[in-house]
Amino acid sequence: MASNSSGGSDRQRVAQQRLRIITGHLQGREDGDSTIIAAECKAEGSQTDVSREEGKTVPRRRQEIMKWNGWGYSDTKFLFNKKGQAEFTGKRYRLSGMIIPALKEWFEGTFGASLQHKSPAAPVLNSGAVQPPTLNEAFLEELKSTGIPFSHDAEDRVYRAHGHCLHEIFALREGKVGRVPDMVVWPNCHDDVVKIVELACKHDVCLIPYGGGTSVSSGLECPTEETRCIVSVDTSQMNRILWIDEKNLTAHVEAGIVGQDLERLLNESGYCTGHEPDSMEFSSLGGWVATRASGMKKNIYGNIEDLVVHVKMVTPQGVIEKSCRGPRMSTGPDIHHFIMGSEGTLGMVTEVTMKIRPMPEYQKYGSVVFPNFEQGVACLREVAKQRCAPASIRLMDNEQFKFGHALKPQVSSMFTSFLDGLKKFYITKFKGFDPDRLCVATLLFEGGREKVLQHEKQVYDIAAKFGGLAAGEDNGQRGYMLTFVIAYLRDLGMEYYVIGESFETSVPWDRVLDICRNVKARIIGECKNKGVQFQPLSTCRVTQTYDTGACVYFYFAFNYRGLSDPVHVYEQVERAAREEILANGGSLSHHHGVGKLRKEWMRETVSNVGMGMLQSVKDYVDPKNIFGNRNLL
Amino acid sequence: MSNTYRDSCGAGLENEEEFVDILEERRRSSDLGHALRTFSPHPYKGAESCSNADLNKAVLESQYLRYMAKEIAAETGSSVEEVREEACEILEEMSQNLQLKCIRLMGFTMTKVLKRLYSGIFVNMEGLNMLQQSIQEHPVILMPNHRSYMDFLIISYIMFTYDIPMPFIAAGIPLSGMKLVGELLRRSGAFFIRRAIGSDKLYWAVLSEYVRTIVKTGIAPLEFYVEGLRSRTLKSVMPKLGMMHMVMEPFFKGEVYDITLIPISISYDRVLEESLLAHELLGIPKLKESTMALLKASKVLQEDYGSMHVNFGRPMSVRHLCEGKINRCQYNLVPRDLPQKPSAEVQACVSWLANLMVRVQEEGSVMGPWALMACLLLQAPTIVLTEEGLPWQELTDKTLWLRKLALDFGARLNWPSGQGQAPDTDVMSSTVALHGSVVNRKAGRVFLVQEKEPVRNRPISPEEEMISTAAAVLMLASYRNMSLHIFVRPALLVTALHITKTTQKDELLAFFCFLQDVFSNEFIFIPGNSSQDFEEACFLLKKCGAVHVSEQEVTVSDAGLEVLSFLQALLQPFIDSYQVIFRYLCENEAHVYAEKQFLTAVRNLATELILSGELHTYEALSSDTHKNVLSALQRLDTVTKSRASEQNEYTVNKAAVRRIDDVLSGKIPPQMLHTTPEAKL
Repeated sequence: MASNSSGGSDRQRVAQQRLRIITGHLQGREDGDSTIIAAECKAEGSQTDVSREEGKTVPRRRQEIMKWNGWGYSDTKFLFNKKGQAEFTGKRYRLSGMIIPALKEWFEGTFGASLQHKSPAAPVLNSGAVQPPTLNEAFLEELKSTGIPFSHDAEDRVYRAHGHCLHEIFALREGKVGRVPDMVVWPNCHDDVVKIVELACKHDVCLIPYGGGTSVSSGLECPTEETRCIVSVDTSQMNRILWIDEKNLTAHVEAGIVGQDLERLLNESGYCTGHEPDSMEFSSLGGWVATRASGMKKNIYGNIEDLVVHVKMVTPQGVIEKSCRGPRMSTGPDIHHFIMGSEGTLGMVTEVTMKIRPMPEYQKYGSVVFPNFEQGVACLREVAKQRCAPASIRLMDNEQFKFGHALKPQVSSMFTSFLDGLKKFYITKFKGFDPDRLCVATLLFEGGREKVLQHEKQVYDIAAKFGGLAAGEDNGQRGYMLTFVIAYLRDLGMEYYVIGESFETSVPWDRVLDICRNVKARIIGECKNKGVQFQPLSTCRVTQTYDTGACVYFYFAFNYRGLSDPVHVYEQVERAAREEILANGGSLSHHHGVGKLRKEWMRETVSNVGMGMLQSVKDYVDPKNIFGNRNLL
Repeated sequence: MSNTYRDSCGAGLENEEEFVDILEERRRSSDLGHALRTFSPHPYKGAESCSNADLNKAVLESQYLRYMAKEIAAETGSSVEEVREEACEILEEMSQNLQLKCIRLMGFTMTKVLKRLYSGIFVNMEGLNMLQQSIQEHPVILMPNHRSYMDFLIISYIMFTYDIPMPFIAAGIPLSGMKLVGELLRRSGAFFIRRAIGSDKLYWAVLSEYVRTIVKTGIAPLEFYVEGLRSRTLKSVMPKLGMMHMVMEPFFKGEVYDITLIPISISYDRVLEESLLAHELLGIPKLKESTMALLKASKVLQEDYGSMHVNFGRPMSVRHLCEGKINRCQYNLVPRDLPQKPSAEVQACVSWLANLMVRVQEEGSVMGPWALMACLLLQAPTIVLTEEGLPWQELTDKTLWLRKLALDFGARLNWPSGQGQAPDTDVMSSTVALHGSVVNRKAGRVFLVQEKEPVRNRPISPEEEMISTAAAVLMLASYRNMSLHIFVRPALLVTALHITKTTQKDELLAFFCFLQDVFSNEFIFIPGNSSQDFEEACFLLKKCGAVHVSEQEVTVSDAGLEVLSFLQALLQPFIDSYQVIFRYLCENEAHVYAEKQFLTAVRNLATELILSGELHTYEALSSDTHKNVLSALQRLDTVTKSRASEQNEYTVNKAAVRRIDDVLSGKIPPQMLHTTPEAKL
């Protein structure tokens, strides 16, 4: 059974490894308390801004720890040092403080970029560029009387006016600020939210829920046509685990908690949710529910829709929730499915009861090299067919494999580099793999030690049938690291005229290869047509497997030197790529959601009647469009 | 619509680029050396290396064929194994077996033959270079026009010479039946398709899977004739859509990123089988393709056939062409391996593309002086050509005039710069000399060549004499047809002006569309492109000063009479021939005709009319014309085809045919066409 009391054992070390990547910067408590924990709402406006309230990552003032115009923590970034070597600053990650020798060559070689050509960002946020707030005085007066903290400080507002789409970050780097919320409020609990929504209805104020701010669908963008006062409702202070029910293995959690806090706090009690989207350091539980998030270990734990047992959402019509915590119900269409994926258009998720699991006894990374992508996909398909997918299995294409390889930190010993050389020789020369075609699947196994080892063998046996060779834990782990540092890498690229983004889809198995090839080729073709002068990076990975299909994730980036409006070009290419995805039988989104970025395709995605259904729900729940972010519909 | 292909990938070779005579080097160096050259092509980068046996296996084991086998087994009551066995046999009969050794052998033989037959084989190197590039990027479809048996291996020959991967070539099954030759062709990359597959479901299934697999895997470029068969008249043939659809499907279904179409225009100064074709058109049956027949025909190898032009058009991206025409999402909800009836949208797109390809082939074809001279010769009364001869001077003057008109209309002319004092005259002289089988020049006059009948005791009957004249006329007509695509749009407008006597643009357009409808088996038009065709016709006629065009009107200019009468006379044989048949159908008592009965009757009627001097065109004797009329009437829903016992039967709606005839002879004013909806036939 799970325990995390005594550190030191090998098994324990491995089990903690992955969590350390993400949360290594924080000090976890040594011991867990495995009784039911209860916490109460303590809504007090006067409460001081405890940015370092024990165990909580996100302070009310995000600017204390996070960048205003880029990804993640202020103290963490990639840079090229004076010697021209890439380096990752800070102390938070495993890679932090390390030199990454191969990155420069890869970067310059892939994008035709040069360290001589810099495109630096505006250094500080100029508050003058921010429109003065349009305040609804009556609303403000009544809000004050509730004691819920709020702010109309320019910085606070700008921080909550964007997600992490390329155009949003690019504009910030240029110091450009568009429509931003007029004020920010920080409810401390469910009841606070109820009050805020009531006041908003009463005074016709537009509310935009804000969780972790990691949206990549223009979901947080304020509609330019909105003339009412826009209030960003920041849930970051609603971040408690209200109780843990060990008999039923559920936890009742406030929706503002971010992924890393949730996991760490549960770990302290010996549990986990197992829900680990790549954004889990910053994204919030409420956000996951509102966008139908997916975690990388969904093969064991399920996606958010599988994890949610009970949800409470505050809408302009009142609170919606189920009356019991039965594991399954046949009571008409599941009302949870009006909530999940509603993207903040219907109300605010305030509390969620989630499944929890004992922490896994043992974790192990792995990787398999395939001679080509086709073989790799065939292997993943077989694994899915036999329903023996590990906690995570991802297949990176050749470009992405090289990308991951470029992130290898400086090796400490001659011996390691000798071993690497030997491995490379074995794969490329002895086994005859073409270095420009081979691809890598990364694996993460989780569970009891015996079972993991058995499982591992089963998967490697299947892989062998498709020409796969086991390529070690290290390669696997680095593959996962890539997904956590990719957003930091984008910021590095933007310093040197390189812009990029990722997007995803889900697609039936028989179409996986075709969609990967066609979308990548479309990106390259469109870049050429739109006058991009350098070959773009156009790469993908099969990142989740299902019985009937897979989730495919694309990275796309290019050097924009010589373009007058790079963001526009970027958007045209991304749009074309999405058209290509849809034409190849891919879905509009697997887990990023629709937001405003993709809503032009909603009608063809869900049919006219489907749109009508969604619209009628909106019309009933929120006739005055209080939740006016205009996502989805 | 018309402009989509012109913008970026028209066949255009605007900057008259170099044609290189590939025989020149063969004449200078060793044939054996050429045959044994190191062949190192750069294949499609995404191609899976795959042997011919692997390819066949992939086809047989495909999900699609499995499914079809089950379905067919259920329908016919035989076992799945039996059906699969049968599929296997079909595939065996069909599949190519390309082998480099054989290519070398063919290469060696072909060099010998080509050198003997042709003074030069001219290939545009730029097109070839573009092809070489394209082949590496996407699966490539080579789409030559088909005018002669010679077309068959010439592409492969050129590809072999220039290190381009050898194509798989779709061929008619009769070729495979030829002893030895069939096998040689198979080993040169030919695969064989039965004629008249009809409703043989299994055959379709095997064929389409075979073709799709070739395209999907990109193991070799695929070569096929979009016209389906060799044109008997040297005129473009209405394209066949089945093969085109099979080829396009992998793109529609997203199985390949793109497909590159390479239009290829092969043009001959003189076609090997000219006389054979003319006789075939007159109903003298085609010789069965056999090796013996081929050997017997070897006497044709003794003659001079001038030069051949092979023009590789600009590569055309299917993806680009189909943009906005196809919603590929329609394939999302059914597994792509299962048969799916193509939607109307897909059918329209395929048909549009096929017709477009024919147009691009036409635009890329190169015509020599002879095509122009043939136009003019045909406009002289036949009796003049056979009896007194056409004055040489008149012919040459007129030809030079026509050359200018053709160039004005954008023709791609191969007019050699002759030597001597009067270079143009020399060119025409040698042209006529080359075509001694059709005309000869005596005492400053040009005569039609009559076939030498074996000496017999009895006098030659008028019918027999007529057949021999007709053969020569039809040969001439075929060469005229090589230039038709240049003139046909303006000629239709001129015909419209002539018949309707109106100047109103909208009325002319209506009549122009009517003519296109009636004659679209005769001349190939891109569906849905009528307005652009009309505009083009106006533009060209205006350009050469034949008409004035205003917002509302098109009026004839006095200076343009020569052009107008030439263009009108150009189409007159077609109109006359059609009207003979229309009248036959209307005036005869029967409503239902068996195919054979109809063809014989029409031919007899035409013979009679020609002999009596009522009909002036021998082209009314051509079986091609007869078949085209039938197809046109079917297309216009005035004739319905049914299958009775052994052969086809046609049921005629006489009133409808009469109406078409009346419109065509100007008895129904064009306003009626314009206003009544049912007039849109």
